[in-house]
Amino acid sequence: MSENKEITNSDKSIAHNNSAKKENGRSLIKYSLVGIVFGIVFVKAEIISWFRIQEMFKLQSFHMYGVIGTAVVVGALSVALIKKFKIKTLQKEAIVITNKPFTKGNIYGGLVFGLGWAMTGACPGPLFAQIGAGIGSISIVIVSALLGTWTYGYFKEKLPH
Amino acid sequence: MNELIQTISAPWPWYVAGTLIGLTVPTLLIIGNKTFGISSNLRHLCAACFPANITFFKYDWKKETWNLFFVVGVIIGAFIATHYLSNPTLIKINPVLQQELAKEGITDFKNLLPKDLFSFEALFTLRGFILMVVGGFLVGFGTRYANGCTSGHSIMGLSNLQWPSLVATICFMIGGFVMTNFILPYILQLK
Repeated sequence: MSENKEITNSDKSIAHNNSAKKENGRSLIKYSLVGIVFGIVFVKAEIISWFRIQEMFKLQSFHMYGVIGTAVVVGALSVALIKKFKIKTLQKEAIVITNKPFTKGNIYGGLVFGLGWAMTGACPGPLFAQIGAGIGSISIVIVSALLGTWTYGYFKEKLPH
Repeated sequence: MNELIQTISAPWPWYVAGTLIGLTVPTLLIIGNKTFGISSNLRHLCAACFPANITFFKYDWKKETWNLFFVVGVIIGAFIATHYLSNPTLIKINPVLQQELAKEGITDFKNLLPKDLFSFEALFTLRGFILMVVGGFLVGFGTRYANGCTSGHSIMGLSNLQWPSLVATICFMIGGFVMTNFILPYILQLK
């Protein structure tokens, strides 16, 4: 198991957890609660609808642009306030946000994901929400997405970055 | 109380949804120093289930269990919204889109996704197979290659003013525009 503990510095993509504190099962439930609100929003705002995504890419509806635009403005204001007032976590830790390093993968991978996004009408979050909404066949799409991620991991060193 | 449930059950406007999604960013940071990003879970699941001695999957995925808890929440939330807060009226689809799709034999506009393309039956049609299996593969491959998806780059990355996230977001949109407008019409003909 010890070899699994190593996260190389070059691989910042995985540093989503910047807390030094260990969390047990009960403490992790709070992330599920945030997820529940998130899942409700996805369904109630019809973000997980294949039709909404087609409308977005055909410029036939403002809805998705409004959702993403508002989310970015609210998120950016929040992050700015956190930085300005050096807001700490509930555990009194300093908040750390890992920077996203540029790679050519942002371009190539971004284009590939864009193609897939318009085909499935869903990015990864909505895929999981569609399962919750009772569309069982989406499990096939998720298995396929896992295979895609695995394949990327397998060929990573050979791909341009 | 009834009025409240009725208000919640109607489709939510974009500014309400956008605000709540945006607030996920500071919420995750403040409750536990966590950076928002959903596609990473696909990597964690690979690392947990089929690492196959691949370097990319050798890391302490258990440290990221919080994100899997988040995703389980998303599934539960979608279930709750569908079963208890659901909107009695149909999704309003742009009539132009509806006409274009009807030409290709897509007649189900009652659900979140057209059953003609996304269902276990549709999997055995060429276009259904391409959209579900190939589409899913591209989502999984592309998000990891791009180092993030709509949540990690377009929401979290842009909120943190990361220019690589802007590059990624622009590429997501280019890919989507090309697919929907220039490639999808041909895929839909493969019945």
